[in-house]
Amino acid sequence: MKTLLKCAAAALALALALPADAMAEDSIYVPLFTYRTGPFGGSGTPIADGMHDYLAMLNERDGGIGGVKLVVDECETGYDTKKGLECYDSVKPKNPVMVNPWSTGITLSLIPKASVDKIPILSMAYGLSASAKGDIFPWVFNPPATYWDGLSEILKSAGGGSIEGLKGKTVGYLYFDAGFGKEPIPLFQALAKDVGFNLKLYPVAPADMQNQSSKWLDIRRDKPDLLVMYGWGAMNPTAIKEAVKAEFPMDKFISIWWPNDADVAAAGEGAKGFRTLNWHGTGANFPAIADIQKLVIDAGKSQTPKAEVGSVLYNRGVYNSVLIAEGIAQAQKITGKEVVTGDDVRRGLENLDLDAARFKALGLEGFAGPLKTTCFDHNSHSATFVQQWDGTKWVKAGDLVGPDTAKVQPLLDEAAMAYAQKNAGWPIRNEVCDNK
Amino acid sequence: MFYREAGQYKTTYAADMAIFPIRQDRWGLALILFVAFVVIPTFGGPFLLNTMMIPFLVLSLAAIGLNLLTGYTGLLSLGTGAFMGVGAYACYKLATWFPQVNILVWIVASGFVSAAVGVLFGLPSLRIKGFYLAVATLAAQFFLQWGFARAPWLVNYNDSGAIEVPRATLFGVPVTGPSATPVTRYLVVLTLVSIMAWLASNIVHGRIGRIWMAVRDMDIAAQLIGIRLLNAKLLAFAVSSFTVGVAGALMVFLWLGAAEPEAFNINLSFEILFIIIIGGLGSIVGAFFGATIMHLMPIALRALPAMIGLPIEAARVEQLTFMITGILIIVVLIAEPHGLARLWQTAKQKLRVWPFPY
Amino acid sequence: MDLFHAIFVDPFAQMISAPDLLAQTVWEGFVAGILYALIALGFVLIYKASGVFNFAQGIMMVFAALTLVGLNEKGVPAWIALALSVAVMYGLAVAIERLVLRPLVNQPDIILLMATLGITYFLIGFGELVFGGSPKSMITKQLYLPEGAINLHVLGGQVQLQKLDIAAAVIAMLMVAGLALFFQKTRIGRALRAVADDHQAALSVGISLNQIWVIVWFTAGVVALATGIFWGARSDVSFALQVVSLKALPVLILGGLTSVPGAIVGGLIIGIGEKLGEFYWGPLLGGGIESWLAYMIALVFLLFRPQGLFGEKIIERI
Repeated sequence: MKTLLKCAAAALALALALPADAMAEDSIYVPLFTYRTGPFGGSGTPIADGMHDYLAMLNERDGGIGGVKLVVDECETGYDTKKGLECYDSVKPKNPVMVNPWSTGITLSLIPKASVDKIPILSMAYGLSASAKGDIFPWVFNPPATYWDGLSEILKSAGGGSIEGLKGKTVGYLYFDAGFGKEPIPLFQALAKDVGFNLKLYPVAPADMQNQSSKWLDIRRDKPDLLVMYGWGAMNPTAIKEAVKAEFPMDKFISIWWPNDADVAAAGEGAKGFRTLNWHGTGANFPAIADIQKLVIDAGKSQTPKAEVGSVLYNRGVYNSVLIAEGIAQAQKITGKEVVTGDDVRRGLENLDLDAARFKALGLEGFAGPLKTTCFDHNSHSATFVQQWDGTKWVKAGDLVGPDTAKVQPLLDEAAMAYAQKNAGWPIRNEVCDNK
Repeated sequence: MFYREAGQYKTTYAADMAIFPIRQDRWGLALILFVAFVVIPTFGGPFLLNTMMIPFLVLSLAAIGLNLLTGYTGLLSLGTGAFMGVGAYACYKLATWFPQVNILVWIVASGFVSAAVGVLFGLPSLRIKGFYLAVATLAAQFFLQWGFARAPWLVNYNDSGAIEVPRATLFGVPVTGPSATPVTRYLVVLTLVSIMAWLASNIVHGRIGRIWMAVRDMDIAAQLIGIRLLNAKLLAFAVSSFTVGVAGALMVFLWLGAAEPEAFNINLSFEILFIIIIGGLGSIVGAFFGATIMHLMPIALRALPAMIGLPIEAARVEQLTFMITGILIIVVLIAEPHGLARLWQTAKQKLRVWPFPY
Repeated sequence: MDLFHAIFVDPFAQMISAPDLLAQTVWEGFVAGILYALIALGFVLIYKASGVFNFAQGIMMVFAALTLVGLNEKGVPAWIALALSVAVMYGLAVAIERLVLRPLVNQPDIILLMATLGITYFLIGFGELVFGGSPKSMITKQLYLPEGAINLHVLGGQVQLQKLDIAAAVIAMLMVAGLALFFQKTRIGRALRAVADDHQAALSVGISLNQIWVIVWFTAGVVALATGIFWGARSDVSFALQVVSLKALPVLILGGLTSVPGAIVGGLIIGIGEKLGEFYWGPLLGGGIESWLAYMIALVFLLFRPQGLFGEKIIERI
């Protein structure tokens, strides 16, 4: 009993003391919501490492951004919405300049809060597709492409440059049966009707991620001419293994941008030729990543295993941090302040302009295609390319393909309008806009 | 010494059967309510309210609901998460159909939908018992969760496939949605949870509660003394699911703010079950104790290293939290297998006779 | 009428028109069933001997497989890693008996269930602390597990049998046969059955409960290791695997909590039933019915036999 009382007292003391945790004035607080534990830890770890290492490298090499040190703070969510909200509440008093939820569920819970708490959300290529509309979601950013863009890009490249090429074919859609996998379905169905292909849906329940054999029987029966996958966590390696087992032709199998190197490598030789979308380079042959190696990993300031550097999801984390850093740098430029706030960084994120020259200046020449956000377009709807697994590494297997804007944009407008309508009292944008 | 009931005479049967027959208990309760209603909202920061107290209260309410079924009637249920989901989705549909009606009405009304679903899945309990009954409630859990994911109608065809909580006000003060302050939401949750805990406590102390306990202790014997098992068990399912459904609606509307079907998964069911086991089966106050251990303690553990300035990585903290939580669960069980509620009883007895042990 | 057709005619027409797919579906169901049965087997062993409904069986499976792969990654040869993993499972059994079961002896079932949750939490944290959260590939090659597939050209088409799945089935059967022999023929087996029947009577004839518990938890640990190897080879070894272990619950309840053959038969019924259901009737409901079909199958069986297929008859006395 006594110990219990003590525990309770300690807990109370903790709870009361937490918000008092003030941050030093001359630093910028960047919380990273990561998940290195739990069922999705396998996908979450390389992303967390990439995000952390790039920001740590900026601190080491440049002394932060614009001379201001970054305070990088990881909060473990375990890909669990409840823990994500706990993280959000625990970082909120420390004046974060933005949050990176790294989970669609957490993002959905945070979107309504963003405008009230004045903390921008950077949900990089996940979250709510409709949040690309900056006029309705001034506080939410999801560059460089939405899941709808991704789908149209997949279908375009599979159809030989145009979705029309799929006319009369059978297209299968193997997806993670949660918000993320279900989001593209309306677009998919609309396209199937417009173009005239036959769409087959293969949902994989989160509990059956590693138990997909009946889905692959369906696929064997339907013999789709193209199989599109939106998977996450353990679903990806399992699906690739099942595809290899079922001798499904790899050239008909293409995934959205989430499978990591390890997911494919686990399936062995048979996975050669597996393709995914991507928008940034893989491998470690970039000066900035060399700096990470030298200043962070070799210096023992990170827990990243060497082999992980340069993998798809590690570089994805790096890309995410490039956006964080650019958002902060732009905010400093626009406001002239050194220590920026969430509101300033929102303005910064609306003025991202990452062209080839800028990437070169960052030490990431050729790392990714151009990205430009505006007050109305928080996404940039960037072009992506197809990459192919050659057994040991990814090789670029095609040029940049842009989204089918004509098909995607109306849906996006409609979805954003619907969101604002359904949430009666959704604030009308009155945030400043710095676009020239 | 501190807890003596000598000199407190009961003159009526009703007074003797009161839930808090002892003056000290009444004072204690008044003090707790004072702290909960006045001190915490006045002095607590948003972290305390949002992350600790609101979830604590919601989980406690769900645990009270499950306790009515499992602790009092002896019917094991592993479908709590899904029944919470039914409450949440029902509340969302009702609130979007009739936005002009006060949201609190819908939060309570959603309990009835959940109760109806609960009764439906409670039917097999007449034939199946013990751990075997778990399969009926597990069927409910997985079937309902599949339904949440598969019926876009439930979320008004939102592209996100999630419940997006609408803004609602009470007497002009926002209670749901982002502009509702933590204090408002906390007070609303606290009020509802207090009322429902009080009602539940009255139910279990009355005739219905005794019927349930008779069924729990031996259902054949209960049948022989004239208790209709069908009615008793289904009533337990209905009342329990009602409470759980309200907890689910509160969880989404006043805590999470948005919810995907995965929010109501089997882990939530297990969490609530474990809250009542560790808190004490067949005890209303035990639900609160259990929620303290299962919800508040891990948060405190997570915050601990940062507090004392230990430089541990976030993931490491999480892993250690898991390990320590596991150890503490076992330690608590070894110390008092009947749950913290029993520990509380023992403590009261000790206080009563202190300083003389006999 | 259309609905009637879709439910009662179409699926059967499909089965007849493509018998190779039917055979493949049944085979997939059979393999999944065997693997469910293996998880359920671990539950049954422990429940039978110690009355503990072991919530931690799933994480034991992950932990055992992780130990094997993790040791191998650190440079320990596969066979030594396997032996070491078995030793670790033994250590775990001893620790659980000493630290958890012994102090909780004679407590109600539900308290022991709760204690296994404590074990689960501990093992999740400990496993991630030691081996990290990233998924690892099962070392099938080093363990000389077969790879590739046998393609049978029968029934007017092709039926593909994965060699790994065949190996899983064979090893599962060997394990069940071994366990059956162990239970029936050895001294310890007899003691185990005595304990399962009546703890106190067993104690009074001089059987050491503590020793028996260590043995069953160790056996369950070895079963968990075998299960982990095969599930791990099918996808990979990660903490997500413990979700799969939930599929053992309907198997267990269908087969009866105390019956080893029940676990196997239950596993096969659930495995084949859910694959057939998902494949032929799932599309009617938008797919994904696999997640709850197993429980519905179990529920239907239970309505006729409330104690499970092979469970001990429940006799109620006043």
